[in-house]
Parts: sequence; structure tokens; C-alpha cells
Amino acid sequence: MKSEFTPPFGKITQIVGKCISLIGNDIDTDRIIPARFLKCVNFDSLGKSVFEDDRETLKGKHPFDLKENKNASILIVNSNFGCGSSREHAPQALMRWGIKAIIGESFAEIFYSNCIAIGIPCFTLSKKSIQVIQKYIDNKSLFLEIELKSSLAKSKDLNFDLEIKESSRKMFLSGEWDATSTLLENENLIEDKFKNLPYLKF
Amino acid sequence: MSQDTLFDKVWDLHKVSSLPGGSDQIFIGLHLIHEVTSPQAFGALKDKNLKVKFPTRTVATVDHIVPTDNQSRPFKDNLAEQMIETLEKNCLQHKIRFFNIGSGNQGIVHVVAPELGLTQPGMTIACGDSHTSTHGAFGSIAFGIGTSQVRDVLATQTIAMNKLKVRQIWCENKLSNGVYAKDLVLHIISELGVKAGVGFAYEFAGPAITALSMEERMTICNMSIEGGARCGYINPDEKTFNYIKNKLCAPKNENWDEALLWWKSLKSDANSIYDDVIKFDASKVEPTVTWGITPGQSVGINQQIPLLEELSPNDQFVAEEAYEYMGFKPGQSIKDTPVDVCFIGSCTNGRISDLRVAAKVLKDKKVSEKVKAFVVPGSEKVANEAKKEGLDIIFKDSGFQWREPGCSMCLAMNSDKLIGNQVSASSSNRNFKGRQGSPSGRTLLMSPAMVAVAAINGKVSDVREFIDR
Repeated sequence: MKSEFTPPFGKITQIVGKCISLIGNDIDTDRIIPARFLKCVNFDSLGKSVFEDDRETLKGKHPFDLKENKNASILIVNSNFGCGSSREHAPQALMRWGIKAIIGESFAEIFYSNCIAIGIPCFTLSKKSIQVIQKYIDNKSLFLEIELKSSLAKSKDLNFDLEIKESSRKMFLSGEWDATSTLLENENLIEDKFKNLPYLKF
Repeated sequence: MSQDTLFDKVWDLHKVSSLPGGSDQIFIGLHLIHEVTSPQAFGALKDKNLKVKFPTRTVATVDHIVPTDNQSRPFKDNLAEQMIETLEKNCLQHKIRFFNIGSGNQGIVHVVAPELGLTQPGMTIACGDSHTSTHGAFGSIAFGIGTSQVRDVLATQTIAMNKLKVRQIWCENKLSNGVYAKDLVLHIISELGVKAGVGFAYEFAGPAITALSMEERMTICNMSIEGGARCGYINPDEKTFNYIKNKLCAPKNENWDEALLWWKSLKSDANSIYDDVIKFDASKVEPTVTWGITPGQSVGINQQIPLLEELSPNDQFVAEEAYEYMGFKPGQSIKDTPVDVCFIGSCTNGRISDLRVAAKVLKDKKVSEKVKAFVVPGSEKVANEAKKEGLDIIFKDSGFQWREPGCSMCLAMNSDKLIGNQVSASSSNRNFKGRQGSPSGRTLLMSPAMVAVAAINGKVSDVREFIDR
């Protein structure tokens, strides 16, 4: 875990970092951050507890404990990552551990939107390509340079065309992933809606 | 792209604008909050120097962290006390209606809002909790959000979201005796998988769905998210309207007539277009029990845990993990699996009809000596009604502990937890690794009636045999 944490801010155009691979389908948010750590009124101390129970079970062999993964910031996962509970504590814990982007076969929906809302781009790749990356990481470190604009991920040996939802890409490039101020720009339209929705008069 | 479904109508009605990135800005008609996912959102408002835009459109209760044995304040658990205090303070400061413990209306947020008549057809409903899909049972569009989106709803009453596709899940015929809504939804998820619903709203329809009570419909919609669908809904009908009528927050007098007229206009048109339609035969569903570590890993009570080669290559990965974690052998029967703990409660199956069904099974019976069994009513209203009907006595006489309302061992944020690798028969919604409070604890999801029978026999059993006996 990084000792100092600065949340992302403004436009996100490029992510450069070392990859960490976590193998498994349907990894749910209870596993990413077990419920007992949700007893908090801020997110500050979550980083050290990420995957707590899985790490405890593997006694130092969990990817998040391996020495070679120290300072990694790009997480490589398989299918339906982040399913289950809507707890934003899950991506917050990953981010506070040091994760800045995630590349996976697929993501659960609420987890994905939570990641976007806090500035963690999530990219998808085919199962085959993910396996190529995960196999590569088995033997040596992989440093990727990801460009949001082109979705290209480059490294010394491997290059990938990542996929990302167009709306998410635009939000990162413009900085509007931090949505509150964008939403507030339409204050008049919001007021109109409030006045005109049938059930608000009942 | 779907057209003229209830989802399309409600979405279009609530659309405020198209955002530059391509997603929609959607107005949230009803915002529900609780103690776990709201404090950081209020903190962010403070940091950004923002106010709650429409305080009357947010309603709060406390559920996840509340103890179910002794609810006197301050709570024994300091962190839990800090969380409820923070919620109390935030609600007071921002003038948000708060149904606290002892108000008579506290409980699990997805039990409370419907029973107060807050949940109504045609609304958009959001809450920092994935089981918000429950409210879709009333023909509302309801979905879980994260804390940053809770902040956005508080500050703007809107969120940025991409429109979902709509899949109709048509359920033909009707459920047979001893088979419940929980069995049907577990069956649907096992057939479609836990990620099939990503990007979709599920419209549950067909004679088997129409025949369900409102509480059963809530069980179905509640678990949409376990199939990957953030939102699930059922077109409103007379049952919906009758359920809402005369509830505390229901429209009254001439407003009721106006509401009724509007609600009736919302249902999906006969010739509406869906992105996908999938059909099920409800009469073929058996009492269903999960054997694995995702809600999609379930079998009928008389079936065996699948062999690896019977599963699709995509499902084999998690199946291997599940055999190992659960200690099951492929091909083994789920029936007769010994259980240590029996839990009846949760936003899936903690309502009065669930307690009635379980109590009917438990009447004049005793819980196995090997089993710790407890029932946690979904709300203070549910608890009071159950007491009025004498259900608490039936539960206690059978050996069940009768607890105070809350989320309890569904996610084990309070002191109700499994110990070691105990096996629980649970009426809740998730069987994830470690979900019920022990990192090696094992959960078998099933209907409340099936939990009651498991408690009596000390092992997974078929409720239909029990009823016949």
C-alpha cells in the first residue's frame, strides 16, 4: 500500500504502471472488501484491508501480498469482476492500495459505474488476450502505458487495443467523470423536472 | 433497442438531459439512504460546499449495522454507534426524514419503503445498496448506486447513467405447491448465469409472475442483481395498487384517483419491443438450493451438485473454486447436507408472508439440537404484525431465537456471524465466500420454508415431503 494517497483529479488521459494479475471469475465486492470493514464513516483506511480474507487464507501468496507486485497500479482480472454489493468501498479500497486502472474480460455493472465515478478507468479485452497478459505476468513484470484517447496499451513486448465505453472515455478525457458539477450545470432543467413529475404532486 | 416498455416510459419521463459523454442525466424521484453508504457522501457535500437539493425526496433508515439482540443505545459496538450517530446528525442537519429504531417504522430499507407506501409505480428509485432492485416489484425503475452517486443524488437529485437494455423474462404456468418465489428466482439465475443481466433491466412477466403476491414479487426483483441486472421490474396491476392503498405515504383522496389513472398507463404496451425475451416454465421449478459461492450455483432439491464436465467451460472455473470452498464433491446430493445455522430474514425474505410460511412449517415442531436458528424480522412493522399473529411464540417454541429487525447475518455487519466453516441454511441473497461473517463460512441459499425444514431436520430437506407428512 502506498503511504500517501492522492485521489485522481481532473482530466485522465494516460495511465502508466506495473500490472498485477488476479485470476478468477465472479470475484465479488464482499471479497474485495469484507463487510466488517464497511463500519467506517470515511474511506481513508480501506487500502490495507483490500482482499483481507482471501489474503489471510493464502498466507502471503495472494497477488496483493507478493513482493513483485508492490507498487503495481494496473489490475488484470477475468470475468464479471466486482459483482454483488454496490459498496463503493470496494473500488475505494483498490484505489487506496494503489490501483489506477483495471483491465478485465468483463465487469459487474454497479462496480463499473463506481470505478468511473471515482476516476478508475476499466477496460475490457478478450478472454484470450487477458490470458496472454496473465501468463506473461507469471514470469516477468509487465509495465503498460495506456492512452485513454486511442485505448492503446503499449509495453516492450506486448501491445493491446483495449476497449472502453465511449461515454466513459469521454468523461475521463474531459474530467467530467467527477460528475457533480456537470450535473449541476442543468439546474434549471432539474427544477423543471421536479415541478412536472406527476407523482411529486400526489 | 427496446420501445414502449415500462422501462422506456419511466426512463424517458425522468430524463433531464443528454450529457456530453453520451450518457443520460436521470432524475431520481425517491432516494433512500442508510448508515453504511451515506456518510462519505455527506462528507463530500461538505467538502464541495453543497446542499441537499430536495431534502423531501430522500428518506433514511438504519439497518446494516444494527444489533438484533440488544438495541439499547449506545450500541456495544463503538463503530456501529458512530455510524448511527453520523446518520442521525446528517439527517437532522439536512432536514431528511429518518425512521430510527423505535419509531415503529425502522427496518431494512427495502422492506420499509414499500410498507410505508413510499415505493410507487413509475418512480425512479435509487439507494446506495444493490438490492434496491426490490422496488421494481411495484413498476418503478429502481437500482443500486455507489457512494459517489449518492453524493450526486443528494446534491442534484440526478445521476449520470447509460440507458439499460430491456430483457423480458416470461414465466409460463404457475409454481407448484411448496415452491416459492425464491426458488423461481434462484432457478432463473442458475439458468441465465450471474452476469447475463449486465447492461439489462429485467422485466419479469407472465402468468407465474402475475399470480405472485407483492411480497413474492419483491423477492424476485430483489435478486435481479444476483443475475447481473442492476434493475428488475414487474408491470403494476390491481395487486400493486391494493398493496399501496392506505399506506402512510400513499396518495390520498382525489390524489389517489389521479395516481391510479397514471399508474395504469405505465405498463409495457402489448406491442412493446424488447431487446431480448427468455421464457421459463414455472411449473417445472423445484425447491432450489445453492451449493456454491455464487447465487447462480444452485440445483433443485432432488438434483445432484453438477459434475465439472456438465458445466460450460466458462462456469468450470468458479465451480472448481466452489467445490473446494464448500467441501462438496461433484455429483453429491444437496439433500441431507447437514446445517449448523438457520437464518430467516433479509430484504429478500424477511417480510411478514415469509415469517408466516416459516411459522406454519415450525408450528408444534422443534429445531434440531445441533442447529442454531434465528429469525430477524425485516422491519419493526413486520415484527409487530408477527407478534400480533403470535408468530413470535411459534418461532420461540420451536427453538428459533426471535430477534430485533435489521440486515443481520445476510451480510454480518453486526455480531450475527457464522463461526469457522459452519454451514448456514439462509433465506438471504448471497452465498459469496465469507459473506456471513466468517472467512470460511458456507452459505446455502433457499426459501424461508426450506430454512425452517432444514432447522427441524438439521439438514437440507424437501419442504414438500414435510408438508405432506
